[in-house]
Amino acid sequence: MSLSQLISWCVAAITFGTVIMYGCIGETVNQKSGGLNLGVPGVMQLGGISALAAAFIYEKSVGTPVPVVGMIITLLASMLAAGLGGLLYAFLTVTLKVNQNVTGLTLTIFGTGVANFFGGSMMKLSGGVGTISVSATSSAFRAKIPFLSTRFGTFGSIFLSHGWMVYTAIIIALIAQYFLSRTRTGLNLRAVGENPATADAAGINVTKYKYLASVIGAAICGLGGLFYVMDYIQGTWANDSAIEALGWLAVALVIFTSWKPKNSIWGAYLFGLCYWAYIYIPAGISKFFAAKLKLTNLTYMQNLYKMLPYLVTIVVLCVVSRRRKRENQAPASLGISYFREER
Amino acid sequence: MEKKTTHKAPLFHIRKKDDTTLIQAILIRAVFVVLALLVSALFIFFVTKLDPVSVYTSMFKGAFGTARRTWITIRDTCLLLMISVALSPAFRMRFWNCGAEGQVLIGGLTTAALMIYFGSKIPTALLLLIMLAVSAAAGGIWALLPAVFKAKYDTNETLFTLMMNYLAIQLVEFFVDIWDKKQSHSVGIINMAGHGGWFPEVLGQQYTINIILVVIITVAVYVYMKYSKHGYEGAVVGESVATARYAGINVPSVIRRNVLLSGAIAGIAGFVEVAGISHTISKQTAGGRGFTAIIVCWLAKFNPFIMAIISLFLVFLDKGAAQIASDFGLNEFASDIITGILLFFILSAEFFINYSISRSEPVKEEH
Repeated sequence: MSLSQLISWCVAAITFGTVIMYGCIGETVNQKSGGLNLGVPGVMQLGGISALAAAFIYEKSVGTPVPVVGMIITLLASMLAAGLGGLLYAFLTVTLKVNQNVTGLTLTIFGTGVANFFGGSMMKLSGGVGTISVSATSSAFRAKIPFLSTRFGTFGSIFLSHGWMVYTAIIIALIAQYFLSRTRTGLNLRAVGENPATADAAGINVTKYKYLASVIGAAICGLGGLFYVMDYIQGTWANDSAIEALGWLAVALVIFTSWKPKNSIWGAYLFGLCYWAYIYIPAGISKFFAAKLKLTNLTYMQNLYKMLPYLVTIVVLCVVSRRRKRENQAPASLGISYFREER
Repeated sequence: MEKKTTHKAPLFHIRKKDDTTLIQAILIRAVFVVLALLVSALFIFFVTKLDPVSVYTSMFKGAFGTARRTWITIRDTCLLLMISVALSPAFRMRFWNCGAEGQVLIGGLTTAALMIYFGSKIPTALLLLIMLAVSAAAGGIWALLPAVFKAKYDTNETLFTLMMNYLAIQLVEFFVDIWDKKQSHSVGIINMAGHGGWFPEVLGQQYTINIILVVIITVAVYVYMKYSKHGYEGAVVGESVATARYAGINVPSVIRRNVLLSGAIAGIAGFVEVAGISHTISKQTAGGRGFTAIIVCWLAKFNPFIMAIISLFLVFLDKGAAQIASDFGLNEFASDIITGILLFFILSAEFFINYSISRSEPVKEEH
């Protein structure tokens, strides 16, 4: 493999990893409060589509759109829509005590529906498949760091050549890590997730924490959808439910990182490397397997390589559960609704 | 020193109730379904400015407008019901099998393989039996793998089964590429000419066998769960693993057995889909039913009769929304939105069935 291939593989992995890093951090915050939200794929799609819709409306209504204004509107719209998804989840699971898995899956169905419905409608409005373009707003998200992005040789082209949201993802991961492990509020949040009855007895407002964790977590997840739409596919839309598959990977990444946001920084990029491996695996390896399997076409092997991120997740799941280290386990009350009178 | 404290009593008091009668429960659900339809109507109106009544009429026509449409609605209801039934032995143990999607795909994939390689060599009746057995085995194995790890190491089954879905999707894509002769990423209709391995028409109806299979399996699973020792063991494990151990139940083996059963039935659903309905295989073969079935199964609390009603309702919505899409130039994903709204309301209804809310009485000052 040549150096330029290796660089482009790493660049692709970082861009991909950023999408699921946002999803992973948001879901970690929520899971620490005891809420297992399987609606992450739906929430990410809500964040993505509302970002696109906001940018679309803004660019259509203004003659010469200002990229930065579009960017701010987009960010707000995305976090608002995703946050509302989180609010709905919290209302159903905390206040109405509905089963978390079922609520999350419904949220995924709903979010996928909303995203593809409005995405499809926007495609129609703008004249057909692949014609939505919010280039001005998208350019604000993809702007590279001045001066730095072209310096430092290989290191620069791999790590310094991205849009700004790649770096904010890392910052948010570090903030979330600090918040969860070093602050009083973070400690309270973890207490709620470990044992809500004890937290309640200690005077912590369990309902408030669960609601806030769900809403803020969902808003962070929504940024993943936003990044996907604005940076990854450069301000367009495709009704292919790609975000849904990424959303499930984000949920898997939460376990991979053993509920520590700082681990998501390298974990997400590792998932990205696995995801894109099918393009960069050397032809020699493909030839070897293709000959063993008597395949006529080498590209058929790519379908099997695409299993890699999922296989890695499964292996990690098994290893983590086998080791049973206490600090790597899920919050104790994860997935269970809290009802004060049952404690 | 006496300190005056003021207690802020919550405005409402929520308590669990178990005296809801069946009629009350049905009424509460009906009210929420009506509310959901109203909210969906608002959504339809604001997005399209169409008259919701004519939209709902159009939905009804889409699902039951002609004899053929009615049959398709029944056929799809059967399939969704079958996958929901498949999930119940696993859910009964609180084993969250989110991998029905993959188990259906693998069942469908093995069925398609047998149709392609043996469609013209083995008589259809025998081939159908072989496909039934092989698809059940394939779906069962696909589910058994997460179950083995759950039983041994308590590995998170929700994510494991989810990941298995994606392995199944990639495996299907792999074989579709191999079987596809025209480089179109699709295998097309298998055995179009000889109908090898297709469900034959019975009593002049194309889908008779689908219905018979679903009825047999639904009844069998119901009896297994309600009246057999094995089914009872699963229920005990679901209530409390500690109790099950104390009672001398071999928990790992119960988990493995019930999940194997669950996957096998999902695999058979894949067989029904490929040999009995679409006669092709693609990554869309399961079509999200594996996820919808989770909600159906949980809402019905393992009661197959209620599962059938909910399945019918969801399929009706899906067909209806597809009809609106073509009648009014909407996009087909409207059906997912309406389904989502409806499910949110039905889920909320459960709260009002299981809990009662009353205004709190003012806290009396103690002297």
